[in-house]
Amino acid sequence: MGAVAEPAPVLEARGLRKRFGEVEALRGLSFGAREGELYGLVGPDGAGKTTAIRALAGLLVLDGGEARVLGADPRRGGAALRESLGLMPQQYSLYRDLSVAENLRFFSRLYCLPRAVAAERTARLLHLTRLERFADRRADQLSGGMYKKLALACALLHQPRVLMLDEPTNGVDPVSRRELWALLHEFVQGGMTVLISTPYMDEAERCARVGLVHGGRLLLEGTPRALLQGFEDEAFEVVGGARDAVDAALSRLPEVRAASPAGARLRIDVVRGGRDRVEAAVAPLGAALVPAQPGFEDLFLSRIGRESA
Amino acid sequence: MSTAIRAVELTRRFGDFTAVNRVSFEVEEGEVFGYLGANGAGKSTTIRMLCGLLAPSSGEATVAGHDVGAHPASVKSSIGYMSQKFSLYLDLPVGENLEFFGGAYGLSGRELRARIGEVLDRLELRGLERSPTGALPGGLRQRVALAGAILHRPRVVFLDEPTAGVDPVARRHFWRLIREMSGEGTTVFVTTHYLDEAEYCRRIGLMADGRLVALDTPAALKRAWVPEQVLVAHGRGLLGAAAALAGRPGVVAVEPFGAGLHLRVAPGRWEPAAVEAVLREAGAAEVAVETGEATLEDVFLAASGAAPAPEEGP
Repeated sequence: MGAVAEPAPVLEARGLRKRFGEVEALRGLSFGAREGELYGLVGPDGAGKTTAIRALAGLLVLDGGEARVLGADPRRGGAALRESLGLMPQQYSLYRDLSVAENLRFFSRLYCLPRAVAAERTARLLHLTRLERFADRRADQLSGGMYKKLALACALLHQPRVLMLDEPTNGVDPVSRRELWALLHEFVQGGMTVLISTPYMDEAERCARVGLVHGGRLLLEGTPRALLQGFEDEAFEVVGGARDAVDAALSRLPEVRAASPAGARLRIDVVRGGRDRVEAAVAPLGAALVPAQPGFEDLFLSRIGRESA
Repeated sequence: MSTAIRAVELTRRFGDFTAVNRVSFEVEEGEVFGYLGANGAGKSTTIRMLCGLLAPSSGEATVAGHDVGAHPASVKSSIGYMSQKFSLYLDLPVGENLEFFGGAYGLSGRELRARIGEVLDRLELRGLERSPTGALPGGLRQRVALAGAILHRPRVVFLDEPTAGVDPVARRHFWRLIREMSGEGTTVFVTTHYLDEAEYCRRIGLMADGRLVALDTPAALKRAWVPEQVLVAHGRGLLGAAAALAGRPGVVAVEPFGAGLHLRVAPGRWEPAAVEAVLREAGAAEVAVETGEATLEDVFLAASGAAPAPEEGP
């Protein structure tokens, strides 16, 4: 065996394939999350995020490819592997007619935690998620954000080394979302490996590394900064001019890869080197281009545009 | 330009809880207006009143010229409503869904068929009439829902989290259609939790604890609510070093962001180089600090009281 080897990723998808009837959910999806990393699986609905997470959790028989958790097959890893893995699925089942504290007690028993350990962890998780004041509230009386935090607390009772969360921020307001991200950063600081999926492109930048997925495949993988620096087009805001005339002019230019309204302005992605032509086309209409910061949505659109071109 | 929506001291109480507290604003005809707020801030209650589904406790509102308290039925017939959770009949073809919605709004016969044709063209859905709605991808389904909401030519359209989870290509398409509709004079009132979506709006109203706490264009809100300088730090070991900055005079917020940090500092108090030095001293490596831009999320947190408020509120 080699003396020095790159440590294996804690979570690894190698060429995952899965078909549900006529739908090919995974078409050779590969990505990997390293130890102690906050990894984001980012892509729109239907990209294959949930199927990939289910495969990594060992809840799915793949048609092809391999899922690895801590180097082992999650379907054969046994109790030891299960204990090191925490999962917060999109539809999680808490007991809605039990209180916050009762739900935590139920899951502690499910994990066979000794009473003293359960009490200590419950107290810590209630504190961490700021649910202490709501310990006696029934789960179905919690706000959406608090309900998710309770589900998260339940998924953490057995202190997993690896945590996977499937779209935990979907439908959650910005205040609760920022709280959740802060919690995830705390976990990672404590050495946990966290995989989170999200359909929201702007959340990609909150992760240490990102896998951008689309149509069951990986489009791009890397740190947010490196990915954004590798953006091949240029992003601009179009300022001034009568918008219908400007819209019409832009829609005729092949250099304009994507356009979308941004408030009263228009935001466009322009193929590199195409700026002069676009400026020349809109200048007679009284409009000008102002460079804008590209985001993950620009990156996604540019990559999709290239693949279909 | 005339006013499409006017709320004056609009208030709704449930028992001793005031869900919407003396909210006043005006939305111009043809405007795309964003209405934001945390869960429980009073957004849904406001919309239910504006749609004529819930009577105000006090104050008043007019939508498309109709008083929501006195003439809720007139309000309902002059508005369109579309939600991400809005239920189309998934087992029916697109055309039959539209016939159903048109019928519910009192359209029938030749008029209904003509109008369905117009809307299919308008929203670029032509050719999908016979497709089962449930088999369409999310982006197309959303456009079908929008089609159902505008069949009766409403002057005001309410969109409730319209594009959550839709792929960016479909989403940009959707917003291009919304922009065209607004260009033709339709007023669009949007609620969303997703602040990049809010950037599509011309003006934004922000609700917190039942009150309208901010109302302006996205750019003006950022200037008013985030007076601090935004700095972005990249490098290694930053999360561990962050504690060395938190709590220092002039450092308003330190937040982990990916492997980096987002900071808000009092203007003029902290140069990027000074922040770099502190982070290096605290053990971070390859540190680079740049100036960044405030986001609507910063505004949202400041205005909802979840982050330190500006010293002089707007």
